[in-house]
Amino acid sequence: MAVAQAKQDALAARIAGLSFDAAGWQGALRTEALARLTAMGLPAKRDEYWRYTNPATLVAPQPAVGTATTEEPALFTDLDCLKLVFVDGQFDAAQSDPLALEGVSLAVLSQAKADIHWAADLFGQLEARGQSPVQRPLATLNTAFAGEGVLIHVTGKPSKPISLIYRATSAGCDAILHHCVKMEAGSELTLLEQGTAGARVNLVTEVDIADGARFHHIRAQGRVENDSTLTHIFARIGQEAAFKSFTMTADGKLTRNEAVMELLGNDSSAHVAGAALGEGAVQQDDTVFITHAAERCESRQVFKKVLKNGAVGVFQGKILVKQGAQKTDGYQISQALLLDGDSQFLAKPELEIYADDVKCSHGSTSGAIDETALFYLRSRGVPLRAAQSLLVLAFLAEAIGEIEDEAIAEAISARLQVWLDWHEQ
Amino acid sequence: MLEIKNLHVKLEEEDKVILRGVDLKIGAGEVHAIMGPNGSGKSTLSYVLSGRDGYQVTQGSALLEGQELLEMEPEARAAAGLFLAFQYPVEIPGVGNMTFLRTAVNAQRKTRGEPELTAGEFLKVVREKAKTLQIDADMLKRPVNVGFSGGEKKRNEILQMAMLEPKMCILDETDSGLDVDAMKLVSEGVNALRGAGRSFLVITHYQRLLDHIKPDVVHIMAAGRIIKTGGPELALEVENNGYADLLAEAE
Repeated sequence: MAVAQAKQDALAARIAGLSFDAAGWQGALRTEALARLTAMGLPAKRDEYWRYTNPATLVAPQPAVGTATTEEPALFTDLDCLKLVFVDGQFDAAQSDPLALEGVSLAVLSQAKADIHWAADLFGQLEARGQSPVQRPLATLNTAFAGEGVLIHVTGKPSKPISLIYRATSAGCDAILHHCVKMEAGSELTLLEQGTAGARVNLVTEVDIADGARFHHIRAQGRVENDSTLTHIFARIGQEAAFKSFTMTADGKLTRNEAVMELLGNDSSAHVAGAALGEGAVQQDDTVFITHAAERCESRQVFKKVLKNGAVGVFQGKILVKQGAQKTDGYQISQALLLDGDSQFLAKPELEIYADDVKCSHGSTSGAIDETALFYLRSRGVPLRAAQSLLVLAFLAEAIGEIEDEAIAEAISARLQVWLDWHEQ
Repeated sequence: MLEIKNLHVKLEEEDKVILRGVDLKIGAGEVHAIMGPNGSGKSTLSYVLSGRDGYQVTQGSALLEGQELLEMEPEARAAAGLFLAFQYPVEIPGVGNMTFLRTAVNAQRKTRGEPELTAGEFLKVVREKAKTLQIDADMLKRPVNVGFSGGEKKRNEILQMAMLEPKMCILDETDSGLDVDAMKLVSEGVNALRGAGRSFLVITHYQRLLDHIKPDVVHIMAAGRIIKTGGPELALEVENNGYADLLAEAE
């Protein structure tokens, strides 16, 4: 009872300064989310799901003040994209492209006062589905209080990606963003995200993928020293549909990315991958939950972490194969390259299978740089540091290989190289 | 070109002495072969010269064109013109063979203060050299040595040598694991690089390789020392009679 009370107290303190908007089509959904949130309270470090990452900074009433607001150079500048810019957690129309793209209708959450039929059926719905079997109260808090985000309705195959760019200009900015993406049957979209939205970020993305649709998501996080970043991506995947998400994370004091995917239609796929670099007092957590609820579906989880000077990497990945989800093909790999003896990788792979004709494999390793390969490179004249970064990039290659678009993959590799140089191993 | 004087080496981690006073002098453009029974220190000599960890030089020196190799980092030795063709070439998953070659070539050029090759220039040279070694485009694209057959790995070593154009090449049992045709191909690759003052040190167990790569001088190594030096006929003697007589003679 005491624990439950502490969670309630934390919740009360956390939401005291937030404004609750019960107006418009979102009002009922937010009210319902607030009721669910109140029943749960906020997570605490004794929760099994937070065993490896202390949620203290995520649940604190305020983000730490005085956090740096430096900015990373923009990524994907050579790609033709529809750019949507968010500054301190608010949409910035002046810096953004017009909300027009063939095959897509777009709206900004804070301005979408009139009823948007599809969004009302999606907003908070996948987040609510994602509360079982594990509670994710901070995502529910997001549904209840998010003041900004983008609503993307994809009916065709737009000619270019939508690029979400986050910037933080004021110290102590507490950004809560909520995006909804509805993919109609046979549609296709690439969604890019980059930058840091605030000193503290709580970001939820709900993606509903109808039959035969394909959703690609590429996200670059870091290197801005913000307080904490928590993201959730919830996806519902229909028949012969595909979901692909890749995240690059560099430093960041605390980053937790949760991906919750449900394969609901036969012959569909869900791929989620991450490449992370961390040095120093850095905690990078990838938590994945994939539910196979249909036949002949494929899922892949590929996570690679490079850790140095006491950085901590966490991977919690679960594959749940429901009864009747025959011919499931699940693959999960999480690997850490520890560049010194101070760093730590904590992995918790889980499989829960109720069907009898499935193929699921999982593996988790942590190790140092291969000295033999390092000597081989040096014996060919490659200097020590260059040889090390070549091997680090090689280690991350399998995760980067999950990106389908070559130009995007190259941009990501180039940025990782810059980060490696910056860290001057 | 290469002058090794009274080289003594022990293992860093154990109290085991491997080389006990090696003396060797290789002139510019010369091809020397080292033969010797297993455990005589041949491979250790190649590793020590190229700068691999795990060995401790207790005495002696190794000069490459007058420069002391033993005090240099492995990458500096490579840039100075030393090349070791590995007995067991290393697999590096995730690094494309082409990327690897270009990184190595340009790293050495940079160290020597020469302009780096552009992607186009590099591609032209590498394609030409790969062709003569029968290395196809697929092998260039694949990760370094990953999934290569024994012969492909050795050909890849020779391709690296051809690209890096070293002054002093050490071939450590390049013939091991090769069939007759592959050995011929590799030898032709090596012979094509002879001349221009380039020197070779060929480490092998068998005379067969020396039929293809004709040495000027043959050394016999045993128990960490060179016990006999002679012409190509010395290799034939070993092939016919084994090492027993030579070892007895040295005692």
